[in-house]
Amino acid sequence: MPQTLFDKIWDRHVVRNLDDGSSLVYVDRVFLHERTGGVALTSLAESGRKVRNPAQVFATMDHILDTYPGRGDATEVPGGEAFITTMRETAREAGITLFDINDPRHGITHLISAEQAITLPGLVVVCPDSHTCTLGALGAIGWGIGTSNCEHAMATETLRARKPLQLVVEFNGELANGVTAKDMILYLIGKYSASGAANHAMEFRGPAISALEMEARFTLCNMAVEFSAFTGLIAPDDKTVSYLAGKPYAPAGARWDEAVQNWRELKSDDDAVFDKVLAVDVSDVPPTVTWGISPQHAVAVTAGTPELESADTSEQRAELTQAMDYMGLKPGQPLIGLPIDGAFIGSCTNARLSDLRSAAAVLKGRKVADGIRAICTPASAQVKKAAEDEGLDQVFTASGFEWREPGCSLCFNAGGEGFGPEERVVSSTNRNFRGRQGPRTRTHLASPASVAAAAVAGCIADVRQYQEAAT
Amino acid sequence: MKAFTVHRGVTAPIMQDNIDTDQLIPSREMKRVSKSGLGAGLFAGWRYRYDGSQKIGPADEFVLNQPAYRDASILLSGRNFGCGSSREHAVWALTDFGIRAIIAEGFGAIFRMNCGRNGLLAIDLPADQITALQRFCEADPQTHRLTIDLKNNRVEAGDQHSFAFSIDEADRHMLLNGLDFIDFSLQFRDDIDRFAEAYRHQHSWAVLPATPVDD
Ligand code: SF4
Repeated sequence: MPQTLFDKIWDRHVVRNLDDGSSLVYVDRVFLHERTGGVALTSLAESGRKVRNPAQVFATMDHILDTYPGRGDATEVPGGEAFITTMRETAREAGITLFDINDPRHGITHLISAEQAITLPGLVVVCPDSHTCTLGALGAIGWGIGTSNCEHAMATETLRARKPLQLVVEFNGELANGVTAKDMILYLIGKYSASGAANHAMEFRGPAISALEMEARFTLCNMAVEFSAFTGLIAPDDKTVSYLAGKPYAPAGARWDEAVQNWRELKSDDDAVFDKVLAVDVSDVPPTVTWGISPQHAVAVTAGTPELESADTSEQRAELTQAMDYMGLKPGQPLIGLPIDGAFIGSCTNARLSDLRSAAAVLKGRKVADGIRAICTPASAQVKKAAEDEGLDQVFTASGFEWREPGCSLCFNAGGEGFGPEERVVSSTNRNFRGRQGPRTRTHLASPASVAAAAVAGCIADVRQYQEAAT
Repeated sequence: MKAFTVHRGVTAPIMQDNIDTDQLIPSREMKRVSKSGLGAGLFAGWRYRYDGSQKIGPADEFVLNQPAYRDASILLSGRNFGCGSSREHAVWALTDFGIRAIIAEGFGAIFRMNCGRNGLLAIDLPADQITALQRFCEADPQTHRLTIDLKNNRVEAGDQHSFAFSIDEADRHMLLNGLDFIDFSLQFRDDIDRFAEAYRHQHSWAVLPATPVDD
């Protein structure tokens, strides 16, 4: 029977299909972070259980630690230091590998997992973080789970779940100037709603996917969960193989050759059947920005907030009104020119080297507008170093951006640093939920270059004007 | 895990779509390295009034602060409830507050799994049935309680409505019997051992060395 990419990976991991319709699925890697890792390991130990295979479990600090230069365990997050020290102690007791603060390999989990080649194509990788789907860009099942399931994975090397339905999104055509993977995924969610892929694992394919570089593929897969997908994945190809070659945890020698041969089979068969198929011509995708409180509130930057008449039902109208009230906007209000208070470039979505380069290209020779707090946190120590090696930090700081240490930072507010109430922020992150970046903060999601353009303009801006003028 | 068979309780409607786990419990409310005591942070952004980011009292208009709903143990909501962040704290906050079941038009996938692991019942019903239940409960929240019968897979609103629902059979079995889900899986330990050995043999490239790699 023809199989999809997801079928192939899932099937090779099924330990046993159970009578109740669920399957015990083998898990290759578990990645923890200090937000929940210490809780999971403590709870596991308290129940008298052990980590079955410590070699496959990794941990880092990203969610709670501060990103100010010179930071240590102390954090502005109330009670935060305990999360950090507990993570460290429990990791040592369990004998798992920890990429601690100031380790040159440190960074946001999903970054390190890829940079170190801890995730490989064909694997099942779990992490107590919903954006584990990022790793689907390597052709692995990246599976975001809760703390209890994380304990289950460590105690049994498996998870128990029902196989999801499957969706494929075909991306055809060519991206226009100024348009990125971030715009592609926002456009998709804007078009089919934030629950568009509910109950489905999702594969991205097509010429526009093959054309994307690895870093852009991570951005795309990162936001699969914002589309409510079980995960998002892309079949490995030559770009995937060269990305992984020589990385620390990648197999070496004969095992590398064996691996690459194995990965070549990891693609959906031509006649594989999906439960749902969507197609997008990416030449239709404009630079996109969100106006509201869900990623589905995504529109062309040149557009405005919707008119209430566009809603089909009174509930939808109420939802739009609520979103506009929160965001301090009115129906039919243009987005370009909307004054902002903050700009943030960071997160597992969009703070890789190519993201920083694209933002720096806009910032070069320009200044952040007066009164705007602009912050950049590279997503990992490696990204930060690579960026500094090519002088990008200078471009950021000369323009007025703060240049920070890696971590989740202002992607979400853990009670420490945040943007202020009713402040309007353009952000390269993945969630514009109410209060996500600070109590009552108003978040507009966009690509890193669009964030840079807004920072310079002091308001939401069309990035293309800044890119053309710069060349 | 606490078993769930039949539950009757006050039902609070929070009729919005896409209530994400950041709303269920904002990150700043997850203050301790612990699974307990999170009820105070439930819906913190909506349940309290703020001066800047300081809490200054309850937001009286929020449904769970209204006297008629304060002891709610069932929630009604819209589409895609519990989407967003994987934080299991959302479920721990709900159960700590006393919520035993949520009836909505679909759930975030990770949230749904987290519910199953903690004895919280997540029930899918279509919009028209949810609206009917909402009308029933709102008419008199304290006396118009819903009954959720997991043995027979039914939600009952007095003698006005009785709706069938279905939930994942695996979750249902665990909930009805109050089973520990890790123990449940560990009964297949031999299968796991056998599988892991064969897998490591067949996909040796996927296996990590037992000692840490140095960069
Ligand atoms: S950067 Fe944001 S989305 Fe990514 S793991 Fe951290 S908190 Fe989650």
